[in-house]
Amino acid sequence: MKYVIAVIRPHKLEDVKEELDKVGVHLMTVVDALGCGRQKGVTEVYRGVKEVGNLLRKVKIEIAVNDEYLDKTIEAITTGAREGEIGDGKIFIFDMTECVRIRTGETGAVAIG
Amino acid sequence: MINSADTVWMIIATAMVMLMTPALAFFYGGLVRKKNVLSILMQCITILCLISIQWVLFGYSLSFGPDKGGIIGGLEWFGLKSVGLSPSKDYAVTIPHQLFMMFQMMFAVITPALMVGAFIERIKFSGFVLFSLLWATFIYDPLAHWVWGSGGWLAELGALDFAGGTVIHINAGISALVMALYVGKRSSFKHQSSPHNLPFAVLGAGILWFGWFGFNAGSALSVGGVSVAAFAATNTAAAAGGLTWIFLDWKFNEVPTVLGVITGIVAGLVAVTPAAGFVTPISAIFIGITGSIFGFIFVTKIKPKFGYDDSLDVFGVHGIAGIVGALATGILATKSINPDGADGLLYGNAHQLWVQFITVLAAVLFSAIGTYILLKIVDSTLGLRVDKKSEYLGLDLSQHHEVGYTLMD
Repeated sequence: MKYVIAVIRPHKLEDVKEELDKVGVHLMTVVDALGCGRQKGVTEVYRGVKEVGNLLRKVKIEIAVNDEYLDKTIEAITTGAREGEIGDGKIFIFDMTECVRIRTGETGAVAIG
Repeated sequence: MINSADTVWMIIATAMVMLMTPALAFFYGGLVRKKNVLSILMQCITILCLISIQWVLFGYSLSFGPDKGGIIGGLEWFGLKSVGLSPSKDYAVTIPHQLFMMFQMMFAVITPALMVGAFIERIKFSGFVLFSLLWATFIYDPLAHWVWGSGGWLAELGALDFAGGTVIHINAGISALVMALYVGKRSSFKHQSSPHNLPFAVLGAGILWFGWFGFNAGSALSVGGVSVAAFAATNTAAAAGGLTWIFLDWKFNEVPTVLGVITGIVAGLVAVTPAAGFVTPISAIFIGITGSIFGFIFVTKIKPKFGYDDSLDVFGVHGIAGIVGALATGILATKSINPDGADGLLYGNAHQLWVQFITVLAAVLFSAIGTYILLKIVDSTLGLRVDKKSEYLGLDLSQHHEVGYTLMD
């Protein structure tokens, strides 16, 4: 079992969802986020006062997958989110020790769905 | 002779119409995505500033100044020369000429602001400002002269346009469609995005409804029977338009929607604009219903079929309901409401419908062709569309270096 966290451009969310859908991954958690990596933020100006390097809006997608789904998931996220420029985002992959479906108490692969 | 009551009413009506542009900003602003809300507010407010100055300098003169061949007003009134505080001999003879000028200014302001809804989330601010100025000068001013100017050719023909169905709504609606086609779809077009703040849109629509009383009842240019007839017709058509859309939504989209009812209200208001002051309240019900039905067809059926990105339905609501209203005026107008108007088809004067048809046709052709030429000019100089990066960042950040909402405190 793996836990996948991807940080992507907000306007790529729909594309990523579409790609994930194609490979049969439908369960995910999506969070509004701010972030900056190598892309740096953008400058904002309020009444002439500059705020340099503010964080950029990002979207964080979190997905728990069974091992056989991992590669497909990574590929789908990459395809959907890639523009080929700095700021496309990153994918982080973690080993997951357990998963529990609250309604039934099921655990492990079944609980992931 | 200046009449005090008329003057008071027209000052209030003018201020009410002014409020419609910020109201429109919130109506449209609520319907876009978060990252573009400021760009909409900015465009509407900028137009309010820009056209106010254009109008005082030469816009009013081009629209209402001494007639040149029925086509345009002359520049004799440049900088409001001869537009003083005593009444004009041609327009609104009971109020100061400058008050009539101010009232008309607010119409000239809101018309290009209406078009903002067609090219949201992708327009370059500099190009937008230049385009708005050119459009106000070369499209709005001549058309206003044709229909309302003393000696304008459509006015001479007997065209009825009480408060601007043709000059404002058809004009803005058709130009908006041309602009949406020219500028192209948003890059996010295939993914339907939800309005970011529908309560804003409802607030905007509510204030628009209120302001429309100044718009239509004010177009009587005096206090009295005609202004009250316009007042009654306006409210009635707005209500009929809103109810109609509720039922259409219920029937065809399972549930009545908030965005639906406010769209229907605007469609009803648009449709009654040329007719208010010429029709009975019962006729206004028919006009509101018809405007709403045709708006519904164009917004929910025709637009998806052809796939053009008239993002906030300026064409579908203002253009279409405007045409419905202009033609309905030729059918339902009656001299029993307004002796200075004319009878329509229903009251035995089929000729009026023909005149209305010519007026609509002239306005459609003129706005479409003229707008296309202006778009070419602006596109080849300042440019009209932002680059892809600016578009996904959002116009608030890319065009104005501000954001409407922060994610963290």
